[in-house]
Parts: sequence; C-alpha cells; structure tokens
Amino acid sequence: MDAGLHSFFAEKVERLTDRLYGTALRLTRNSDDAEDLVAETVAKAWAKLGELSDPQSFDAWIQRILSNTFVSEWRHRRASPEVAMELEPEDGGDEPFSLYEKLHQPFLLWWTTPEEEVIAKLLREDIDRALHALPDAFRIAIVLVDVEGYSYGEAAELLGVPIGTVRSRLARARAQLQRVLWQHGKDAGLLERHMSAKAHNV
Amino acid sequence: MSEPTVKCEEVLKHLIAYLDRETDAHTAAEIEQHLEQCRSCFSRAEFERQLKARVRAAGSRSAPERLRARIRKLVDEF
Repeated sequence: MDAGLHSFFAEKVERLTDRLYGTALRLTRNSDDAEDLVAETVAKAWAKLGELSDPQSFDAWIQRILSNTFVSEWRHRRASPEVAMELEPEDGGDEPFSLYEKLHQPFLLWWTTPEEEVIAKLLREDIDRALHALPDAFRIAIVLVDVEGYSYGEAAELLGVPIGTVRSRLARARAQLQRVLWQHGKDAGLLERHMSAKAHNV
Repeated sequence: MSEPTVKCEEVLKHLIAYLDRETDAHTAAEIEQHLEQCRSCFSRAEFERQLKARVRAAGSRSAPERLRARIRKLVDEF
C-alpha cells in the first residue's frame, strides 16, 4: 500500500465526513441508513481510488459515488411494485406555486421587501422539514441539482429517466417545497407583522 | 441605456432554468441584460437564488461521533 495515498485518502475523508453525512441524511431521511451509506461510499471510493485522475477533484468525485450508490439502491427498490406508488408521485394533482408571488399579494405589499424578511427568518430546520416531506423522487431531484450541482442531463442519466422528467420533478418539487414553506411562514407567525400592521392601518 | 430586448414574461419562463445554468449562452445573456434593467424581475431572481442557496446550505450536518469512529476504523483497515 502507498502510505502517501492512504494518508491523502484518510485526511480527505475525515474532512468530508460531515458533508457526506449531510447529503446522505437528506437522501435517506434516516440516520442509520445515512451512516451506512457514508461507510459504503468510503469503501467504494477506496476501491476505486486508482480511477481518480485529478486529486483536486476528490471532493466532487466522492460525493458522486455517494449519490450513485444511493440512487442505484433506490432504483432497485423502486422496481418493487409495493413501493413504487410511494416513490413515484403520480402526474397532476399539484398546481404550480410560487412563494415569491404569495409574498407579493396586495395585503403584504405595504412593506417594502417581505420576501427578504421571510427568507432570512426561515430556519435550517424549516427547510429541512419541508424537504423531508417531499416524495422520494422529488427530494432526490432537489438534492442532486440544488445541493450537489448536477446538471439536468447528469441527473437524468443517473436516475435513468428522460431529461424532461427531471425538469418536471424539479418544478413540482420546488412548488411543493415553497407551498410548505408558505404554510409554515403563516403557522410560525413570520407574516404576523405584516398582517397586524395591515389591520392597524385599516 | 438600451431597453431590455426580452419581455418579463419570457424572462420568468426561463428564470429557473437560467438559475440552474440550463439555458444556452444566448438566452442567458438576454436574461442577464434584462435583470440589469428590470427591478421587478431582478427581485424575483434574487429571491429564487437566495432560496436555492438556503436549500443548499441547510444540508450541512455534523456527523455523529460513532460514524466518525466507524469511518476511521474502516480507513485504518484499508
């Protein structure tokens, strides 16, 4: 074994463990599964290390191994009829939704930039909860494209679906995500200031 | 300053693909020019950009110590 290579690998993996775990947790929605996915990823990465041509691209390379490993397993499970319904949302039934447009309803427009305030007040856990609530197919599309930076084409290839399906899932996922955040904004009182001020002005 | 060459409706139609870097160079240039001159579309673009950034940033997590120990042990065995 090349001691220098092993040391390089160990240092990289140590530094990237948080990031790998974060992505794994988003994909699996389960801490035990996320830990198993990270361990499997590290084992695969070590086995394939000879294929890495540019050491500087290690971070993106191992992230891709993690995504590939998860999606491969997910596609395998998806072939099972009993889980297919849960994993693949049916077309239709969800309307386009824009949080920005909701925040620009007349009753909020007395205030200059409601959207900036709401974005700033959203907690990480709010966004996590909204992502967690998405069907698998939607959440995976968001993680691949928004978090991991895959192009639509790369995500389509990995998922084994047409590029239009990726585009459609992303649009529906974002609409659903924003709808949940809007509802949360109302429930958590993020819009109270606007509404109470409006009431005072009337 | 020249007027935007594309209309707001056209920009909004392609805005998400633009933010995902999925438009061709010509469309991207047209959108960028429009965003420099249209406050309304710029505001919308900034909102979507910030939300995307928040989604991306929300994924960071501290790995549990037991996972760190498991990975160290695994790597030591390589």
